[in-house]
Amino acid sequence: MKLDLWSMLFVFMLSTFIGFELIKGVSRLLHTPLMSLTNAISAIAVVGSIIIAGEQKSTATTILGTIAVFASMTNIISGFLLTDRMLKMFKKREPGK
Amino acid sequence: MNPGDPHHALFENLTQFTYLVATALFIFSLKWLSSPKTARRGVAAGVLAMTAAIVGTLLHEEIRRAVGEYGFFDAFKWIGIAIIAGTIVGIPLAMVPLTAVPQRTALSHAFGGLAAGLVGTAKYILWYHEGELTSFRTGAIVIECILGFLTFTGSLMAAGKLQEWIPTRPITYKNQNLYNLLLLAIAIAVGVLIIFKPNLWWLFPIVVILSLTFGVLLIIPIGGADMPTVISLLNSYAGLSAVAMGFVLENKLLITAGALDGSSGFILSVIMCRAMNRSFTNVLFGAFGQVAVKKEATGEQKAVKSTNSEEVAQILESANNVVVVPGYGMAVAQAQHAVAELASVLGKKGVNVKFAIHPVAGRMPGHMNVLLAEANVSYDSLYDLSINSEMDQCDVGLVIGANDVVNPAARHDKSSPIYGMPIIDIDKAKTVIICKRSMNPGFAGIENELFVKDNSLMLFGDAKQSIAAVVNALKGGGMH
Repeated sequence: MKLDLWSMLFVFMLSTFIGFELIKGVSRLLHTPLMSLTNAISAIAVVGSIIIAGEQKSTATTILGTIAVFASMTNIISGFLLTDRMLKMFKKREPGK
Repeated sequence: MNPGDPHHALFENLTQFTYLVATALFIFSLKWLSSPKTARRGVAAGVLAMTAAIVGTLLHEEIRRAVGEYGFFDAFKWIGIAIIAGTIVGIPLAMVPLTAVPQRTALSHAFGGLAAGLVGTAKYILWYHEGELTSFRTGAIVIECILGFLTFTGSLMAAGKLQEWIPTRPITYKNQNLYNLLLLAIAIAVGVLIIFKPNLWWLFPIVVILSLTFGVLLIIPIGGADMPTVISLLNSYAGLSAVAMGFVLENKLLITAGALDGSSGFILSVIMCRAMNRSFTNVLFGAFGQVAVKKEATGEQKAVKSTNSEEVAQILESANNVVVVPGYGMAVAQAQHAVAELASVLGKKGVNVKFAIHPVAGRMPGHMNVLLAEANVSYDSLYDLSINSEMDQCDVGLVIGANDVVNPAARHDKSSPIYGMPIIDIDKAKTVIICKRSMNPGFAGIENELFVKDNSLMLFGDAKQSIAAVVNALKGGGMH
């Protein structure tokens, strides 16, 4: 499926605005988990990396793609795990105290 | 298109459908982060989204063609190895102590930038050999590579500074900004040239090298106190490089997810800049730590009053309202558990303890909140600058390893480099106790008049040991 420049720009603009609104709503308490979660989300670069590493059109590009999959995968795993680990720590006072 | 593939349309639709689902889940993921109650659901949504994205990609036509050509095992060989290796490295990176989260985050931006830069390079090589380089494609690749590679080295530098492998003081030299901008201008000029002449392949490594160099030079003059802004900005660049990859590969999912990340980093850096009353340009090119050097010691040095843990325990015990201001010093001393215990002991004695957290306290946005959450401090006792409105009812202010964010000079001294920066007005508390290792000025290198005020007492020593001693005195004091 081919996309033209203008539809890509539309998608970009709309998602940036959605992003602004969503991030403004994130609790200030959670800015560190937010950053590690977006680390994991920006590892969406794994999509492009998998295609390059999978299609194996030349040795050089397969190596580049494999390193890129590795880098993205590191971010996916550590980003989600770390975010969850931090979020588990946010607790409200137990009732009765 | 592959004519020998009867299921092409089916798979294409499946891929696009999983991408659509992934985008929606990413949006929910961030939406649920609005409150600590729903936040963990947000992580689950993010994991599902990423899984959908990866599954959808494995159904992609290039991958299916590779399966047909090399067989199932060989097609997935490299992907599989990389995924396993990434998981092996990723798990320990998720287990770092929370004080090391800023450098882990910077490292993660570096990986993100690297992936984008490498995919851009690979695409350039492939299209160059296939003769399919158009100006549009080359332009998108150049943007992807500039952003990706400068994020890579810039983030590595930031991580090195945070880990203190590289001096954290800003390193400056004459005409630094001029050289940096000149370098970026050359990189962009070469980038523009290659857009018009996509087949001048030797220009491409020049763009890559210039971007890598620019990333290093951009971070060299930046000091530790500016790290929250810089980390946020690099977060934004990592997202934008994923967007550029989306333009290169004509992939909507990359554009949407990258844009969500890009806008997140951007908003965080705006919040950080506002919290310091500074502009982007000032953070990037201002070299904060340098300003103070010219400030000579002015005339008479007012003496500070120092105190000890028993006295601090007595003062705290007789107070009704205590406000604790933690700063980076608390993180360095790993004192969050001792501080949390102090708050809990005081709470049991009927003292109302609140935490005032400045947006730029620590080395990344929200750093103090996470450390205190780790130490079991309830998140409803964490306040931001809004606590200033009730500061006149505060009996004791306890400053632990914070400095510039409580310097009253920011309110009135126009000559101070931090003038205009919103601060926590802890000096309005009836008594202020400052727990500090020594009289060394804070990161900005500015004298803090709070320390010599009549209602201020200094508790010198390592934050962890000092606070633990206060807790002991409170427990053993026997006064009820």
